[in-house]
Amino acid sequence: MIGRHKHCIALADYSREEILEVLDLAVSMKEVLRRPIKKVPSLRGRSIVNLFFEASTRTRSSFEIAAKTLSADLLNWTASASSVTKGETLIDTARNLEAMRPDVLVIRHAAGGAPRLVAEHVGCAVVSAGDGAHEHPSQGLLDCFTLREKLGTLEGKTVAIVGDISHSRVARSDLHSMPKLGAKMRLCGPPTMIPAGVEALGATVHYDLREAVEGADAIVMLRIQHERIGDPLIPGTREYSKFWGLNAKKAAEWLKPSCVILHPGPVNRGVELSPEVADGPHSVILDQVQNGVAVRMAILYLLAGGTESEAKA
Amino acid sequence: MNAAEIERLVRRIGKDVAERAQGAGAGHDLAIVGIRRGGVHLAQRLRRELGRTLGAEPPLGTLDIALYRDDLANQGAAPVIGPTDIPFPIQGKTILLVDDVLYTGRTVRAALDEIVDFGRPRRVWLAVLVDRGGRELPIAADFAGARLECADGDDVQVQLVEGGAAEDAVIVKPGRRS
Repeated sequence: MIGRHKHCIALADYSREEILEVLDLAVSMKEVLRRPIKKVPSLRGRSIVNLFFEASTRTRSSFEIAAKTLSADLLNWTASASSVTKGETLIDTARNLEAMRPDVLVIRHAAGGAPRLVAEHVGCAVVSAGDGAHEHPSQGLLDCFTLREKLGTLEGKTVAIVGDISHSRVARSDLHSMPKLGAKMRLCGPPTMIPAGVEALGATVHYDLREAVEGADAIVMLRIQHERIGDPLIPGTREYSKFWGLNAKKAAEWLKPSCVILHPGPVNRGVELSPEVADGPHSVILDQVQNGVAVRMAILYLLAGGTESEAKA
Repeated sequence: MNAAEIERLVRRIGKDVAERAQGAGAGHDLAIVGIRRGGVHLAQRLRRELGRTLGAEPPLGTLDIALYRDDLANQGAAPVIGPTDIPFPIQGKTILLVDDVLYTGRTVRAALDEIVDFGRPRRVWLAVLVDRGGRELPIAADFAGARLECADGDDVQVQLVEGGAAEDAVIVKPGRRS
């Protein structure tokens, strides 16, 4: 359980205290990753299924390392090599996997709401590893963790999210978590990629990159998805890069020296970030990857440790 | 048990450990590991005692055994995990494992498993302030300040206050006898 929650599907459901419960535990989990033997027996005998309907290397591997560090058994199940190609429905797939008695089902799906739907039909805990343009809760939590580690606190800090806000589940999870920890949010991107009414989430909207990043304590640069390029939302990568990409010159002129740059990966080098910035002193992208494992360990431990799962009862 | 008695017990444990360490030629490779949370404070005091006797304070670490517990499935919620910090190599060291109360032995079992995941110590000794009996595993203290005969439901509390030694106490609250 994370606070009142049996699942980890959307940070919109989570309170400040519930978010902090995960982040505080992740500090201890990160210490485990630095030990000579990076394995603790706490989830021994528990099993976790990675159910990925969308391509992912980073998130899937991160959950896999997290599960294995806690000694859980892990099954990787990818849609392309499965009965989904034979026409099985999502709920049938989930129920069949559940019959194998996992303690946690980690789901990535292209359709927003898929993890919630599955959670209603299975007894085990469900963790979303990203669903459509809805949320990517473990990414939101690891972004918060990284900012707490780098900035000390999010209280009173300014965080700018730049890119395709409309289609970004990362942006949504960040927006549902960072303000709860006291951060002030700025959103920036092409007008076609800013959802109407997003100010209601407590963020200010900027169409000028300089205005958004000047004075910011942290910047989350979103990935421009290739499938969007060439569609009417943006004319092309060169124009996107010119107006909303960060290069060394802009970074040197506009950013506070202490400003940290996050990116959920994989980076389109030369589009949203130039290589000098992606590898430069502001970048904490590789810290995010390491912190992702610690945060996912905390999520799995809280959901699979402790209580006997109902599936076993 | 009051503060003066506790102080006397801590000194005696410190003296016994120092003697045994010197006897075993382990005076220089001794390191202390306190089990969170009750053992951490006692470990700090033992370290000062040992520093006086051995001439140099041995290195000190803390261990949180929550990830190594054997009763995760019976707990209502996953237990809170505190920091583990072993700032020295375990390899080849004589480890003095420290806890405030020795009861079932399950905490010590978990601590031993955790320690060997950090390296292979030369040997491990166990020091506790109070041995209250009631062991469920074949584990014994090498150094025990006091041995109390307690019934199963009794609650033995050790209070050790940094700086405020006058408030130190060991309190035994009788449980309901069945």
